[in-house]
Amino acid sequence: MSKVRVLVGTRKGAFILTSDGKRERWDVRGPEFAGWEVYHLKGSPVDPNRLYASQSSGWFGQLMQRSDDGGRTWHPVGNKFAYDGIPGTHQWYDGTPHPWEFKRVWHLEPSLTDPDFVYAGAEDAALFRSMDGGQTWQELSGLRGHGSGPAWQPGAGGMCLHTILLDPSDPQRMFIAISAAGAFRTDDGGKTWKPINRGLKSNGIPNPEAEVGHCVHRIAMHPSRPAVLFMQKHWDVMRSDDAGESWREVSGNLPTDFGFPIDVHAHEPDTIYVVPIKSDSEHYPLDGKLRVYRSRTGGGEWEALTNGLPQSNCYVNVLRDAMAIDSLDSCGVYFGTTGGQVYASADAGDTWAPIVRDLPAVLSVEVQTLP
Amino acid sequence: MIRVALPAHLRNLAKVDGEVSLEVSGEITQRSVLDALEACYPVLRGTIRDQATQQRRPFVRFFACAQDLSHERPDAPLPDAVVNATEPLLIVGAMAGG
Repeated sequence: MSKVRVLVGTRKGAFILTSDGKRERWDVRGPEFAGWEVYHLKGSPVDPNRLYASQSSGWFGQLMQRSDDGGRTWHPVGNKFAYDGIPGTHQWYDGTPHPWEFKRVWHLEPSLTDPDFVYAGAEDAALFRSMDGGQTWQELSGLRGHGSGPAWQPGAGGMCLHTILLDPSDPQRMFIAISAAGAFRTDDGGKTWKPINRGLKSNGIPNPEAEVGHCVHRIAMHPSRPAVLFMQKHWDVMRSDDAGESWREVSGNLPTDFGFPIDVHAHEPDTIYVVPIKSDSEHYPLDGKLRVYRSRTGGGEWEALTNGLPQSNCYVNVLRDAMAIDSLDSCGVYFGTTGGQVYASADAGDTWAPIVRDLPAVLSVEVQTLP
Repeated sequence: MIRVALPAHLRNLAKVDGEVSLEVSGEITQRSVLDALEACYPVLRGTIRDQATQQRRPFVRFFACAQDLSHERPDAPLPDAVVNATEPLLIVGAMAGG
């Protein structure tokens, strides 16, 4: 019988939640890397026992951990993330030039074909890759070296490269997103990049329709349709049907279109999920009601999913990497909150139940569907 | 031998209990002790000083003999009591945050 393994990164360690295909009873294990921030952990699509975890702390910096047995044991791998060449500067919050400095890895994206090949999205924004199971890391500096690099500026959470999407139909193509530079695409395996932000409008920057400078919070795709992208921007939910060449707003009837995560149903490429948050200065659900919104039309028309979620006095946030989708026949949806709850729905969002309620603040949620 | 006391998180990483004792060649300085420490425990590379710049991480402090040596030059000699192992070099996670 199939089962699922949910990988949860928190402010104070990682937790691994497992269940059978019913997703009713859960085994909770952790904390791994207790006391450390775990921004993200993710498994290889081709070897689900191969996991990578980004472990960091404000005191002791970045470590990278690898498991070869599905998270039962871990061992540290390479943690040297050196920018290629002379790093140069980006803009600081006050608009002055600021040297690029490595701070942490926000997101790990294992290759679709090779368990030893993994990408890492860093703060200050840069894309690294390892081809030896995480032992050594090399920067794909064509991204940071894009002509707009000196104009990139951090969002409130830091200048992070937080999203990496690999195109399953074209190994040379991938998409990344940076707060607050925007989305970028490569068509040559990471050598060169182009900004793909046409159609985005952000009132918080001097030119609302600038080529770069947008605070993209998350992008998502369905693997069967990799030219269709969905985006949760700072404000606005957006959609592209041409691999990012142009975007249109699909916020539709959302009660607020600010938010962080966005994800796509495993079997329905036009069913997408967001968690609306009140505003950029009030990072909690509108009216104290935790509601996931689902669109079955690829955006534009949205329905609130509330069954099992707190509908009063709820003031948590759901961060950009804290939503995940399993691929069981009845698609599972998962998300974690800054209040330490991890909610699961085994019926595509119709009903929800907490797996755990009292973890440290959740930074990321991933799920593996296992045979 | 030089005695070094690590903070709990780094002891866990290095899989050691209590102080570590290091054979350090040449002059006993912050740099030579950290070089020896990282050679014995490669997992600690990058956790005490930046791997690229070799600068002390901002929230790490070096204490010995009731003195804060954090702002001493990396190549300055450590106190005699550290050199003769009467006292350990304390590597400390600074009090910060909650």
